[in-house]
Amino acid sequence: MSKKLIDLQHITKSYDGHTILDDLNLYIRENEFLTLLGPSGCGKTTTLRLIGGFESPDNGKIIFDGKNITNLAPNERQLNTVFQRYALFPHMTIAENIAFGLKIKKKSKDYINDKIKYALKLVNLDGFEKRSIDSLSGGQQQRIAIARAIVNEPKVLLLDEPLGALDLKLRQDMQYELIRLKNELGITFIYVTHDQEEALTMSDTIVVMNQGYIQQIGTPEDIYNEPCNAFVADFIGESNIIDGIMLEDKLVKILNVTFPCVDEGFGTNTPVDVVIRPEDVELVAPEQGLLSGEVTSLIFKGVHWEIVVLAGGYEWLVHTTQMHPVGSKVGIRVDPFNIQIMNKPESSDEKAVELDA
Amino acid sequence: MVKKSAERIYLTLIFLFLYLPIAVLIVLSFNNSKSRVYWGGFTLKWYQKMITSPTIMKAFGTTIIISLASALIATLLGTLAALGINAMKKRNQTIMLGATNIPMLNADIVTGISMMLLFVRFTRLGMGTVLIAHITFNIPYVILNVLPKLRQTSKYTYEAALDLGATPLYAFFKITWPQLRPGVLSGFLMAMTMSLDDFSITYFTKGAGINTLSTMIYTNMRKGINPEMYALSTILFMAALILLLLMNFGPSAKREKASK
Repeated sequence: MSKKLIDLQHITKSYDGHTILDDLNLYIRENEFLTLLGPSGCGKTTTLRLIGGFESPDNGKIIFDGKNITNLAPNERQLNTVFQRYALFPHMTIAENIAFGLKIKKKSKDYINDKIKYALKLVNLDGFEKRSIDSLSGGQQQRIAIARAIVNEPKVLLLDEPLGALDLKLRQDMQYELIRLKNELGITFIYVTHDQEEALTMSDTIVVMNQGYIQQIGTPEDIYNEPCNAFVADFIGESNIIDGIMLEDKLVKILNVTFPCVDEGFGTNTPVDVVIRPEDVELVAPEQGLLSGEVTSLIFKGVHWEIVVLAGGYEWLVHTTQMHPVGSKVGIRVDPFNIQIMNKPESSDEKAVELDA
Repeated sequence: MVKKSAERIYLTLIFLFLYLPIAVLIVLSFNNSKSRVYWGGFTLKWYQKMITSPTIMKAFGTTIIISLASALIATLLGTLAALGINAMKKRNQTIMLGATNIPMLNADIVTGISMMLLFVRFTRLGMGTVLIAHITFNIPYVILNVLPKLRQTSKYTYEAALDLGATPLYAFFKITWPQLRPGVLSGFLMAMTMSLDDFSITYFTKGAGINTLSTMIYTNMRKGINPEMYALSTILFMAALILLLLMNFGPSAKREKASK
């Protein structure tokens, strides 16, 4: 694995007595695409602004490439930011916007012109040098903002919900574009978003945050398939989160029915949270299921049907490609592998999650 | 067709009411006869008389100094005030804006009298007091011109400049200032116009011996109307017109057009 490039140590930050981040520890490796994911107010943007130097922490250290940069001004840091609202300079042409950082570094004219050409090519906007900012669409403006940041050859690119203002189709295109850019440039991306799909699509590592605490760090697959608590499970995609009792290894009791599962090491008769993704719930004939119930709602979602089944006193959310009309009796079965067992929240910061969810 | 011509007639009437009096004034300023009714041929003698009159020229000088100086100082203070107000919380902004707008909404005569009362308590009336008074009523116009520009300017452009390696000072002058400049300039021009224009407040705060053009015209009119005054009024009108054109077709308007 590559070395740690940025290391946040024991970071605490509060505004007006409101704690935003509490003893946050996080490191980012070289060439990683790391996403800070969480609902608004979770501290993800603050974390990014701390790394960018626009805020300074009340406590803790920020180490960048082995050096302490905690108190370094933004203009002295070797990283660049792509802002949420692009923040292009409206009184300058596109070329002038891109050249801004290079001019400050006193690069030669030829060098700057080459760089502008190269950057515009990279973001698929060749020939736009002389255009004004107002003549661009939102997606184009965003690409210029990215071009303006990357010509400075930063070691790290910080992106603050850069696709937030774009429409769905454009957002998806830009996601692929960003992955391509990251691979071509080979620099570290730190990406902030509240959009779980965006995070799952692009990231090497996802950091799920809530109320100033890191909930889980992992690959997209880890986060989706093995959420470590109810908040993460709920935030990343839809899920059925049910109270259960771990009877013994590989056996869990949900809604008074015993389900076989694959998790071990929770002890015997331990109360747990059980997560079952809607696409993992199989609907079968009533007598074949572990539980049986009745379809109470049916919504067509395009790729699949979204069905709610009332069974065992719980409303199961089910995604399936087979239609079951409202009122029909169905049985519920879940593959043991698809049952995810989580400890009930214990520590105070995890309880905050409970309140929030 | 009828509707079209009705529109035209209505519009013509409006413009006649607005501009006929001024047109009459301008015509009379070139009239080679003291009469207000008969046309005695074209002349520039009233303009000549005006230029050679020491009273008028002195008042003209005072006016230029007062309006330039008050507009400059008000622009500086008003821009700084706008920067401050913009950084405030929403509630404080409303209170602050209300407070600064009072000189603009208050009847000039009330502002004039209250300022006079305050000034005579502490100092003698004169050039200084007129200047202070003009600065006071000019500041809200500057704030009202700068603040919207400031609100359009996202704070992120400033941060983006820092992010790209600019020092805070460089970022302000390269990024924030160019976006504010049209607002500051139109604020300055409007302050200048208001200052040129003002009669009541000047009248109460000027003390003896000091006259701006408007107070001088008023004093002279009491002695009987003099055609030099037509000439002077014509020039004042032209000055205001030029300032207005500058404001509408000047730097700020040009930028907005370019952006379309």
